[in-house]
Amino acid sequence: MNKERDIESNTINLIVNGENTPLIVGDQVSGLLPSHTLAYTLRETLGLTGTKVGCDHGACGSCTVLVDGKPILSCMTLTIECDERRITTIEGLGEPEIGQLDPLQQAFIDHAAFQCGFCTPGMILASKALLDNNPPPREKQVKEALSGHFCRCISHYHVVDAVLKAAKREE
Amino acid sequence: MSQEYRYIGKPTPRKDAVQIVTGRAKYIDDMEMPRMLYGKVLRSPYPHAHITSIDTSKAEAIPGIKAVLTHKNAPNWTTGTPRHVRVLDSRVRFVGDAVALVAAISRELAAEALDHIHVEYEQLPAVYDVEEAIRPDAPQLYEAFPGNLIPFDVPLFGPKTLRGVVLGDVEEGFEEADFIGEGTYAYENIPNPLPIEPPGVIAEWTESNKLTVWSATQSVTWHRHMMIPRMGFPDIRAIGTQCGGSFGSKNYSGQPFLYAAALAKTAGRPVKVCFTKEEHFGAFALRLGSRFRGKVGIKKDGTITAVSGEWFVNTGAFSDMAQAQIAVGCGEAQLMLRCSNWDVKTKLVCTNRNPSGIVRGFGGQELESALFPILETAMAKAALDPVEFYKKNYVKPGDGYYWRDGEWYVCRGRDYSDAIDKGVEAFGWKRKWKGWFKPTAVKDTKRIGVGVGVHGNADVGEDVSEAYVRLNPDNSVTIHACVAEPGVGQRSSLCKMVAEVLQIPIEGVTIAPADSLINPFDFGLLGSRGTFAMGSAVISAAEDARNTLLEQAAPMLKAAPEDLETEDGMVYVKGRPDAGIPWRKVLGLMRTITGFGRFDPDYSVPNFLILFTELQVDTETGKVDLLRVVIATDVGQIIDPPSIEGQLHGALGAAGIDTAIFEETILDEASGHILNLNMMDYKWRTFLELPQFHNVILETPIETHRYKAVGVGEISTAPGPSAILMAVSNAVGKKMGDYPLTPDKVLTALGKIPGDHKT
Repeated sequence: MNKERDIESNTINLIVNGENTPLIVGDQVSGLLPSHTLAYTLRETLGLTGTKVGCDHGACGSCTVLVDGKPILSCMTLTIECDERRITTIEGLGEPEIGQLDPLQQAFIDHAAFQCGFCTPGMILASKALLDNNPPPREKQVKEALSGHFCRCISHYHVVDAVLKAAKREE
Repeated sequence: MSQEYRYIGKPTPRKDAVQIVTGRAKYIDDMEMPRMLYGKVLRSPYPHAHITSIDTSKAEAIPGIKAVLTHKNAPNWTTGTPRHVRVLDSRVRFVGDAVALVAAISRELAAEALDHIHVEYEQLPAVYDVEEAIRPDAPQLYEAFPGNLIPFDVPLFGPKTLRGVVLGDVEEGFEEADFIGEGTYAYENIPNPLPIEPPGVIAEWTESNKLTVWSATQSVTWHRHMMIPRMGFPDIRAIGTQCGGSFGSKNYSGQPFLYAAALAKTAGRPVKVCFTKEEHFGAFALRLGSRFRGKVGIKKDGTITAVSGEWFVNTGAFSDMAQAQIAVGCGEAQLMLRCSNWDVKTKLVCTNRNPSGIVRGFGGQELESALFPILETAMAKAALDPVEFYKKNYVKPGDGYYWRDGEWYVCRGRDYSDAIDKGVEAFGWKRKWKGWFKPTAVKDTKRIGVGVGVHGNADVGEDVSEAYVRLNPDNSVTIHACVAEPGVGQRSSLCKMVAEVLQIPIEGVTIAPADSLINPFDFGLLGSRGTFAMGSAVISAAEDARNTLLEQAAPMLKAAPEDLETEDGMVYVKGRPDAGIPWRKVLGLMRTITGFGRFDPDYSVPNFLILFTELQVDTETGKVDLLRVVIATDVGQIIDPPSIEGQLHGALGAAGIDTAIFEETILDEASGHILNLNMMDYKWRTFLELPQFHNVILETPIETHRYKAVGVGEISTAPGPSAILMAVSNAVGKKMGDYPLTPDKVLTALGKIPGDHKT
């Protein structure tokens, strides 16, 4: 939004899970370097470690977060590109203060849609974008939406069931 | 289901489910310690070289760098079996071998410092092929291992540790044979088990001889009992974090462990070493290379008369467990192939590629994938249906076998013929099997083929597990068992077993963190031992606590302990639940009851599964598409239905079935570099490529376990690769023997592109 302010003050603002999160560019402690990826900022600067880094090369999908509602690979996105963007991480789903889970999170539990769980936050967020922005998907669409997500335990079958079930619930 | 239980056999949410779906589960790289430093590794660009000089002065001068280690000042700890691998050596033996270590206040700074270390190398010739490495003129990796042969005189499983199978008289056996299969097959595409989370360790010395380590692992105590003798006997407290997949590979993270511990010692601060994905590919555990040159004799009716040959096992630069994997592999071969005459000998060889580690399948998959193609040649000559062959030859109750310790065991498990029959039915095998090298169907350019494999393991009862179970006056129960959570749900399944014994709501059962300080000994989560070994220990501990509870309640209820029952935190005389007293009355508010349980090894109860595959070969493009997988097994009693489904689906992952279709680590022998050490160039199966998958799980009670169960999870990857070779051979009408069957190999076999077809 306010480009002049950014340049003058050397800060950018991320809206992380609904909260304004100003970051000061610079090499001071907790400063934002232009080289920092969004995954790095979320995990290392903001302590939001629910976002996982599997490959750090944009190939495994585990670092997926939502930026303005769209799934992106946070390990391939520079934080300085995200000024005033709305970022949703796994910590921002449901209403954690009152222990209320998002229907997708509940469906992943009900269908045992994980084994080691490392790819789960990324898969839930990618599924969230699919369900939020589209009519209830068919199986093929769920698989397409998740085709960039690596799961070595092979929980794919249970994940597809969970997402389809959550889609029905939201109808 | 054989018996109605309150929890056993019913799905219950994983204990860590909410943590996982909310992102609160703490994996190793999510953890921070006060004053923690970050460790990075400078790695060799050459496959084999002497380090002639190394200058770290510039790196050391950078503010924020807290420790720099080279072979000159690194601790003299050693790993490898037998122990020969130093933390840092003056000689590097694979591209990616460690040259120097740096600890810094940030990851970036540590990485930057690596660029300021100046190293000069004198390059040496390198060798990669397992048989070239044992030629007299081959480059030598270690002075202690002439001929690059790694010795077996390490009694991992006692003085008679199995290193081959020698039994009966093979010459006589071959004379009795009607058909002989012969040849050399290699399962050497050194695939990566590739858990999504790279390996990582945090180490902190709390006193000069006391080390605490947090690590992503499936077997927490290994980082205590394996490392103590390797590091000059410090006291090690090993703590397991949530683990982002392991598949064997993170049983033991020797290198990251030693790097973190060495840097932490020098810096006097906690150090985290988490490998990048590139390091995970290029400097962590790959599957052992396996080549089998041999001969199998069979009779017309499928009786196996002799198995002989030489098994060449390639560790790469080193391994810690290859001798153990060979021992178990040789044991498993005997479970699958009933035969009175064996002469299988093994050579264990080191070469200049990155080291091998433990991978699901633990020697058995490696041996089977190279040996079974030879067996299938004999079966094809005899025109035998492979399902009938495996059914006839899988170990039956009363049959004997040498297990890993070289001892002879008599099988007291079950006959799995029923599971095979049910699998045949579910897959439609009889309809689809058209004979050897015959496709099931042909349509235009597409050919359908089917294949089958089996696997079994007597490690379900391996090694020792111990547990405490504590009853608290508020009706909650705490399990103390040193069990990690790499994804198989074992911690939750143990809670389920304890809730069943004590008849209390499962929500009130908690398992303590996987910490060697606060739990008794457990060998770890491997070899499908969770259900039988860990389960039996925890069940005994719960029964022990229950007995004490009933003994203490007996005088209060004026009855004998054996006449009492407990349910939902009440104790009552059987048949009188209305007149019960609560646990808190029996215990008092400030007391608890602790029960203890131990499981001692039992290698007489093998598990089993059969895996059927149906695939389509495109004769225009050479592409192999997996269409359908059916697994059939008998587990006695399912503990947690979704957990076992997930474990069996795992046949597709973790260097399993796909190692026969597209998974491979590509080593460039001109440079020693791996060409595909990233997740774009290392092919993996996506959601869009899922085959139909059907599990047939029988539950015929097995008396060795309180809930009549036997574990099966670990073995689902093992039968896949050889089953795929069979299916593609049938589809194209020609024996295929070269893992993985990428399109070029299929097109070569079909004569569509030039090249040597390897049968």
